[in-house]
Amino acid sequence: MNVFAKLYYRLRKAAKAMQLYLVIAGPGIVVMVADNDAGGITTYAATGAKYGYSLIWFLLLLIPVAYYVQEMTVRLGAVTKRGHAEAIFAGFGAFWGWFSLIDLMIVDWLTLVTEFIGMTSALEIFGIPGWLTYGAVVLLLGTIVLNGRYWTWEKIALLFCALNLVYIPGAFMVHPSLDQIVREGLLPNLPGGFNGQLFFFLMANIGTTIAPWMLFFQQSAVVDKGLLEKDIPWGKFDTWLGSVLTVVVAVFIVVVTGTVLRGVDIDSAAQASSQLQETHRWVGTFMAIGLFDAGLLGAICISLASSWAFGEIFGWAHSLNTNIKEAPWFYACYFFTLVSAGAVVLIPGAPLVLITLFVQVVAVTLLPAALVFLLLLLNDRENMGEYANTPLQNAIGGTIVVLIVVLSTLYGLSVLFPGLFG
Amino acid sequence: MPRRLSQLMRKFQSIHVRYRTPRIGMTPAVRTWLLLLRMYLLLLVALMLYKFVSLVVA
Repeated sequence: MNVFAKLYYRLRKAAKAMQLYLVIAGPGIVVMVADNDAGGITTYAATGAKYGYSLIWFLLLLIPVAYYVQEMTVRLGAVTKRGHAEAIFAGFGAFWGWFSLIDLMIVDWLTLVTEFIGMTSALEIFGIPGWLTYGAVVLLLGTIVLNGRYWTWEKIALLFCALNLVYIPGAFMVHPSLDQIVREGLLPNLPGGFNGQLFFFLMANIGTTIAPWMLFFQQSAVVDKGLLEKDIPWGKFDTWLGSVLTVVVAVFIVVVTGTVLRGVDIDSAAQASSQLQETHRWVGTFMAIGLFDAGLLGAICISLASSWAFGEIFGWAHSLNTNIKEAPWFYACYFFTLVSAGAVVLIPGAPLVLITLFVQVVAVTLLPAALVFLLLLLNDRENMGEYANTPLQNAIGGTIVVLIVVLSTLYGLSVLFPGLFG
Repeated sequence: MPRRLSQLMRKFQSIHVRYRTPRIGMTPAVRTWLLLLRMYLLLLVALMLYKFVSLVVA
């Protein structure tokens, strides 16, 4: 075989692999990029403004953390063909099932509130009132889910994922010093030493990268999409790509605020956008557009995570491939979550910024409970067969659980005894 | 309304019946450990709520 024939063969093989990936792609990328939601953008913007580039190393560590947690849901969904809520009920009984479902319901609803906070505050920068954003978003999301196809929904979600990359050109436009980013950001360090505020920021950053709703969402999406055991390698690749993408976007946001707004007390991404617009008009505008997109993408996914979970347990039809007549309760649950969470932002004087930051921390505090169940389910060899966790995967999962519990405890101690860590 | 409520109760009962027997066996020690972890995490969330309320009030 000559060189050209070999090259042609390899190109064809790569093109086929890419075609196959594009069919499988979706749940991993969507869930990971959606995790860069409005609360996430606010957390990254505040982290950059508060600590400059100093916590970039920590964000990079979250790539494998997010990947190892989420890829377990791919295997579990593809092998059992069950959503996460149903897997917990079937695996551990109704008592533990209700615990998990109520956790999910509360955290999902609170996170959805933060998505609306982000979307309304982003569009307020362009003079659009909150009530109009609220109404338009509910209408838009309703139209997207009511089209009656998982495939269409997923492609629209992927389009919004692509818009999330708007932060990357923004970071280049503020001309950061690469040398300074490497020096300050890549060497592990704890800026300001151990203190309650640092714990809060570290936890909020973990909370924006992995959250309980993501476990439920990705597993249900894998089932709804109909991925099989043979698709697991591509599902894992999809999740890996999503993990890298989500952290890359996070790093670029930290670079923007760490370069331009370092030392400025940032309460919200919307405030960061407004302040950026004063010196870098387009960067601020990109930040606002990205914030709206992040909130919208988060809202699309989070509202579905609850509806899927309730549908699985209550035995309702619960697929995006069904229409409203076939799955009335699924869509009723979806719209109730969406409308009620969105209405919170219309309450005059509500502490919206504080809500956004605390929701991230509450979500990460409840995460270990969900992770323990996930690990136990992945060790059920009778059910999972060759796709059960290896000792290494268990060690990684266990370490993540322990680290989150330790960090939550340290933050809890700093709340109880404010002077404890200086 | 009472009919709806009784329907809902029946639904809950059917869920309990369907998932009465857990497929994954847990030893009493694991079950106790899980319950303690859950309670501990709820305590931490309560602490965060306390902090949130104190910040809002301040």
